[in-house]
Amino acid sequence: MNTREDAERILKLRGIRFAYPGENPVLNDLDFDLYRGDRIGLLAPNGSGKTTLFHLIIGLLAPNAGILEIFGNEVTAERDFIAIRRKIGLLFQDADDQLFSPTVMEDVAFGPLNMGKSKDEALAISRRVLSFLGLSAFEDRITFKLSGGEKKLVSLATVLAMEPEVLLLDEPMNGLDHHTRMRLREILESIDLTYIIISHDIDFLIDTTSAIYTMADGRIMKDEQVSIHQHDHAHLFGHVPHKHK
Amino acid sequence: MLDEPFAAGNSVIHRIDPRFRVVASIVYSLVVAVVYTFPALFTAFFFSLCLIASARLDLRRVLKRLVLVNGFVLMFWLLLPFTAEGEILYRLGPIAVYRPGVILAAQITLKSNAILMALIALVSTMSFATLGHAMNRLKFPEKFVFLFLLTYRYIFVIEQEHKKIWRAVKIRGFSPATSLHCYKTYAYMIAMLFIRASARADRVYRAMKCRGFSGRFYTLAEFGASGGNLIFSVTVSLATVAIIALEWFPPKLLPFY
Repeated sequence: MNTREDAERILKLRGIRFAYPGENPVLNDLDFDLYRGDRIGLLAPNGSGKTTLFHLIIGLLAPNAGILEIFGNEVTAERDFIAIRRKIGLLFQDADDQLFSPTVMEDVAFGPLNMGKSKDEALAISRRVLSFLGLSAFEDRITFKLSGGEKKLVSLATVLAMEPEVLLLDEPMNGLDHHTRMRLREILESIDLTYIIISHDIDFLIDTTSAIYTMADGRIMKDEQVSIHQHDHAHLFGHVPHKHK
Repeated sequence: MLDEPFAAGNSVIHRIDPRFRVVASIVYSLVVAVVYTFPALFTAFFFSLCLIASARLDLRRVLKRLVLVNGFVLMFWLLLPFTAEGEILYRLGPIAVYRPGVILAAQITLKSNAILMALIALVSTMSFATLGHAMNRLKFPEKFVFLFLLTYRYIFVIEQEHKKIWRAVKIRGFSPATSLHCYKTYAYMIAMLFIRASARADRVYRAMKCRGFSGRFYTLAEFGASGGNLIFSVTVSLATVAIIALEWFPPKLLPFY
């Protein structure tokens, strides 16, 4: 880790402490670095502060103590975070939180329009992202009438339309069927972005990330080497000889 | 809950620029709401019928909506003829039927139906989203348009939350009754709904902030001008002018006045 260049460093968190009012700290003296090209999985019990960490990184919450450096600069003010949010895209746990426009196209174009793109540019970006995700036919669909899996993919489109450098994915596999999970896996394999994924699905993390960290006592624990092991599992047609991706 | 049965369609009316339809429906409704003479009201009623016909809507659905409103109108017919005192039209035993009451009830019936039919034909033939954009283009206050669109988007989510809470109560054997326990449960349910709605609002706002929201509202909708718009505007204007003219110079053909 130490050998990597500072120029490659995207995130540098030092001694971050955060507590919700009247509660024990969820994050305590947390250190964390993220470098360009990193693909990190975050696997930790509920309530260990994973989502809180994401919200701190993009300034939706402010730490009680500690230093947050993003792209080499210390960020504290809301004004700094506005620029950060264009480069770091957060995929929310609940797609219904992310999709608020009546139609898919408007929701995807919302970010680019806020970034000052013209209507034509915003439409072009949105079309490109939607077609990349195989959602071209969804442009005029009504967002709340989409299925859970479709909502998740469209939310991802709204994040990608900001053309971020880093993705923070908060339990992207939650409640998705097998088909959508496979789609999401393929998409993550094909995009060339730095990302952190929160998930409880270890198989998914092994496939999509290069390092899996966990959290305990308000800190991030590194487990650079994911040990390969065997265990029994059950699924349909399991008796037929098969391979797992 | 909030379906839009009339929004999909390809009639003459559907093809007219939503902005023209919104403005036309506002002006027309206002005029119909303030006219009182029967020639004017009947003309309005007839013109609204024509609008419905040219929108090519499922008439059974239209009737269903009209029945809903006419339930209220029926209340007027049950009350007004017997309470608005004046010249007696006829007597039903000890009860007098007053002429001003009958006239008032008839006016209300014609007005409400004419306005409702015009709104069904002109406004409910566009989706909520289109209506929001039309309002935005017509320079309605941004906050108002935002409120409208977000309410539309999240009313379904809140309905789902409501159903969730309701299920949770039901599977544990709750049945409504007139008891303190029941009222308390209802109070909890409503409180929980508000709390969840507010938590949801908070998360949605965060998500919007992540995508650079700064309070400005951009819309992608493009509305083009077409010949149909002009013909539509002229027709509605003429009808409106005719109604005003009939109000000011009522022809002495009908026996009411």
